[in-house]
Amino acid sequence: MVQGWIQIAGTLLIVLLMTPLLGGYIARVFLGEPTRFDRLFCPLERILYQLSGIRAHATMSGWHYIQAVLISNLVMAVLVFITLMLQGVLPLNPTGLGAPTWDTALHTAISFVTNTNQQHYSGETTFSYFSQVVALGFLFFTSAATGIAVAIAFIRGLTGRPLGNFYVDLTLAITRILLPISLVGAVILVAAGTPETLAAPVVVPTLENPNVQQAIALGPVAHFEIIKDLGENGGGFFGINSAHPFENPNGLTNLIQILAMIAIPTSLIYTYGIFANNRKQAWLVYGMVFGIYLVFIAIAAIAEYQGNPAINTLLGSPQPNLEGKEVRFGWAQSVLYAVTTTGTMCGAVNSMHDSFMPLSGAVQLANLFLQIVWGGQGTGTAYLFAYLILAVFVTGLMVGRTPEFLGRKIEKREVVLTSLLILLVHPIFILIPGAITLAFPEQLAGISNPGFHGLSQVIYEYASAAANNGSGFEGLADSQPAPTGLWWNLSTSVSLLAGRYIPIIALVLLADGMSRKPVVPMTTGTLRTDTGLFTGVTAGVILIMGALTFFPVLALGAIAEYFQIAGGI
Amino acid sequence: MNIQTKRRSDRKHTPKVQMAGLYTRAVRDAFSKLDPRIAVRNPVMFLVWVGTVVTALVTLDPNLFGPVNEQPNQQRLLNGLITVILFFTVWFANFAEAVAEGRGKAQADSLRATRSDTMARKVLPDGSTQSVPSTALRRGEQVQVRVGEIIPADGEVVSGIASVDESAITGESAPVLKQPGTDIASSVTGGTRVISDELLIRITADPGQGFIDRMIALVEGAERRKTPNEIALTVLLTVLTQVFLIVVATLPPLSQYVNSPTTIAILISLLVALIPTTIGGLLSAIGIAGMDRVAQFNVIATSGRAVEACGDVNTLVLDKTGTITLGNRLADELLPVHGHSLDDLATVALASSIFDETPEGRSIAQLAEKLGAKIDFDPDTAEGIEFSARTRMSGINLPDGIEIRKGAVEAIKGFVRSRGGIATPELDAAYERVSKLGGTPLAVCQGNEVFGVIYLKDIVKPGIKERFDQLRRMGVHTIMLTGDNRITASVIAQEAGVDDFIAEATPEDKIDVIRQEQAQGKLVAMTGDGTNDAPALAQANVGLAMNSGTQAAKEAANMVDLDSDPTKLIDLVTIGKQLLITRGALTTFSLANDIAKYFAIIPTIFSAAGIGSLNIMGLKSPQSAILSALIYNALIIPALIPLALQGVAFRPLTADQLLRRNILIYGLGGVIAPFLAIKLIDLIIPFA
Repeated sequence: MVQGWIQIAGTLLIVLLMTPLLGGYIARVFLGEPTRFDRLFCPLERILYQLSGIRAHATMSGWHYIQAVLISNLVMAVLVFITLMLQGVLPLNPTGLGAPTWDTALHTAISFVTNTNQQHYSGETTFSYFSQVVALGFLFFTSAATGIAVAIAFIRGLTGRPLGNFYVDLTLAITRILLPISLVGAVILVAAGTPETLAAPVVVPTLENPNVQQAIALGPVAHFEIIKDLGENGGGFFGINSAHPFENPNGLTNLIQILAMIAIPTSLIYTYGIFANNRKQAWLVYGMVFGIYLVFIAIAAIAEYQGNPAINTLLGSPQPNLEGKEVRFGWAQSVLYAVTTTGTMCGAVNSMHDSFMPLSGAVQLANLFLQIVWGGQGTGTAYLFAYLILAVFVTGLMVGRTPEFLGRKIEKREVVLTSLLILLVHPIFILIPGAITLAFPEQLAGISNPGFHGLSQVIYEYASAAANNGSGFEGLADSQPAPTGLWWNLSTSVSLLAGRYIPIIALVLLADGMSRKPVVPMTTGTLRTDTGLFTGVTAGVILIMGALTFFPVLALGAIAEYFQIAGGI
Repeated sequence: MNIQTKRRSDRKHTPKVQMAGLYTRAVRDAFSKLDPRIAVRNPVMFLVWVGTVVTALVTLDPNLFGPVNEQPNQQRLLNGLITVILFFTVWFANFAEAVAEGRGKAQADSLRATRSDTMARKVLPDGSTQSVPSTALRRGEQVQVRVGEIIPADGEVVSGIASVDESAITGESAPVLKQPGTDIASSVTGGTRVISDELLIRITADPGQGFIDRMIALVEGAERRKTPNEIALTVLLTVLTQVFLIVVATLPPLSQYVNSPTTIAILISLLVALIPTTIGGLLSAIGIAGMDRVAQFNVIATSGRAVEACGDVNTLVLDKTGTITLGNRLADELLPVHGHSLDDLATVALASSIFDETPEGRSIAQLAEKLGAKIDFDPDTAEGIEFSARTRMSGINLPDGIEIRKGAVEAIKGFVRSRGGIATPELDAAYERVSKLGGTPLAVCQGNEVFGVIYLKDIVKPGIKERFDQLRRMGVHTIMLTGDNRITASVIAQEAGVDDFIAEATPEDKIDVIRQEQAQGKLVAMTGDGTNDAPALAQANVGLAMNSGTQAAKEAANMVDLDSDPTKLIDLVTIGKQLLITRGALTTFSLANDIAKYFAIIPTIFSAAGIGSLNIMGLKSPQSAILSALIYNALIIPALIPLALQGVAFRPLTADQLLRRNILIYGLGGVIAPFLAIKLIDLIIPFA
């Protein structure tokens, strides 16, 4: 047990040390200060910009920026969809896989372009190396970079700067941040035992019966793996994701994956602190999120460590819940991985979330509902500050002034955008499709576990889509050729798109509006947002406005299941 | 130098308003607001209204929306009780608004009584008069008003001098002298009564657009538009309502799936408990009451926006005289220079003040007479020179051509130099001596010869320093404007405790200061009364005109003080802040309440799902839990009406202190109070 807690604490300590380094670096990149990669990439970028006609120094207005995001993402999604459908005739297809069903290809293209990577398929039996590396691997970088670019535009707007140029920020995010870190990370993963090959699967006789042949899937996994985690993508090369011994062979690779997942979302808060020239506020907000993160880890860790009372009775002694977990990771690393991957909207899994104890499941769901612990690539940080703006609006009136954030007044437009963004998108695109599916469980859902757990499975699937996480509780017949596959592919696609682009539009418009507002000077009559008190108030607002919406589904799902198991049923 | 001619009055309360019958009227109005066409204006409460109708239907037939398992009679009883409670929730919200409006309406009625529908004597171009109804008078026409008659409409005095009783609008019983030409005393208000002599008045407002008409419309709330903050808050409340609508509407399939079905009446109850009915029901009452508090303070605001802006003000630009110091500076000492005797100086000073009817002028004359001075000419043969803000001098031209002037030392220096005289260091020494005492030095000259300096003593208003300290704590910066020289200004500024001052200010400086502050993103408030204040009043975010001021000033300002007390600007800042704090406090309270309501309702209505352990309040039964939560939800509205109408008690604290205090009371209190109250109601009601 002590070992488990030490593993968790050690990992978190590294995260804390990493934040100012990476956060400071990201700020340097986007404040236009020189970095050591400039010599390498600047000439390349100039050629790229010239070829594509991008005026690198022209900053974009809000709508212009949104247009750039939407059009570029649409083009990428269409290209990937076509590639997936044509994979049968494209190279690097050693196993000779044909085209997936159209709805699987559509769902996959949408799921990857939205940085979600919800997978209604198993990689090794559905997609060729070409599809995985060229099509999906391409979106690994661009969708993550889109998130970072939006976050930077949001931070710029909030701190009164012009939003910048989407294409330039997208390029910088890839060349200065994602590519260098991925390169180093992939080499370490290869050294730690992750395969990186274009060779076809190895066919070997099984140990148990030499007459039976077994195909062991291989592939260019290592480079795929690191950007999968670093970019909060989460789409596994293999069906069982990071629980697969080739994706995540040992404790070291597991540690690297956790750090890769959490690195950028944590650092962006610090980056904000540099942009706003208020590191105190950055650390306070960071501390608040870290606190929630710790509480979530503790709840899940205790639940898993104590194990399932029903099984403990059979075993005659209390044992950690290891169902659906890899023994090489144990309860502690599985818990940390699960809480981190649901919190950061990565969606990679090293254990079966379906098999976690109900309270751990509740924590995972809460992460998806809140989207700020630490939240998706870039968007999580933006959400966090949108919550701050909402907290300023609700409580700021109580100091007797029109609420202000960073000296800019919070007025109708800001309230419309933040409340739409934070409060309305999620209930619409999680609860409504969830309710429809549960109204017709036989025809639509294909649930493996009826009852409370089945309810959680359905809600989790839509929450994962709307929050652009991509992990699954699973246990649903959501893949083709199951008869319910079509419904799942299409209905989650709606949540994927709405959960990605409505918030991005709202965030950019919010930032654009804020950047144009006159700044009211600070006085003793101004509500300070960089105090412990206000940070605590924000936590309360997040709890009441962000979490309470989902209290009924948690109560009827995970919490009811908890009481059911505790009651020994 | 801005000389106030009008005697300042103590704070009074305007137009005696009939408050009797306020509540009976509100009870009646609360019912008429149930009209769906009116109810739909408040989206949060309208949803409750619709819910009431639906629960009423399922009271009549519990199986209307699908068969219900439980006994129909028991269902009917529960649904009936829910219907009654929901009805009262809506009605209480209507009542809150009606009470708030009632005060304004009562005030409007008493104002309306003063509005004249009498006959007016219109002066025709040929000089003859024609009797016309006051409602037929148009802008630009002239009327004659005699003693005892009511002035038919707003206007400017063209000729005549008369006393006018303005108590109908100001509540001040002392009559006011009206005469043409002077900036301030020439404007008259329709509905006031001439009590001596007669006036010829040029009408400046068309019927229905006069000052009183606008006041009636304002206090009555006819022109009430939602303020920016109120609109933003309504958006948030509407979104929250939609969120909870989705949460509740998606519950039936979910609860059905886990075999824990529920009824439509219970779902509506959950919805009503969750949506922000408390703030939704009180929001408009808070706004109306805020306007009303301003009105009770004898200030008429042209819009709620202006009242709200008061809370946001960063900088107050204040005239020294009348605001910071008492209006009347009194001559305290005469300082002769250039070898002139005290008697000579007193004689010249007396001559210079013969036509000066200002309190300062009279005090100079009194001091001079006390020193034995007498005039040796017939005042009727002399020509009086009026003070003007441009020349900053006044005086007299004697029949023999001798010019006697008194005024600002710089102005007098310029005057004697222009006539070949000189200004000596001795004069400057006297000037500095007075300045260092915080007094106003006035130089007196005859022809090109300066005789000496009059020491006018300025008296800082008692308690003003404490007010400025409070403002500073609230983050409001104060700038004093004065025609005095730098030294005098700095002494007074220090004595009064203002943050900044501008000495030797001209009316143009006022607008420059406002523009400078606004360029830094600050909101500026100021007071003014003269026509030359009008541009600055219009430029300021909050412009408070004095009722004694000119029509131009009143039109440019967004507030008018009926008592003409510029110090009120400070009180308006606190009223504005109080309005915003009340709104924020009740919003926070309303939202914080949701935690307890969730914990009361969810575990009990889905007890079939085995989540009864979440019923941490230990409520008796699902029925009792729902009724308790709903009763709390309904009763909290009338319980908070007094707070909504009176506003959260304001304390001059810094933002951080205010936040800490209010978060404790309304945030934490809002979390805890409903837990206790719902448990208590659950214990009391006999529904098992």
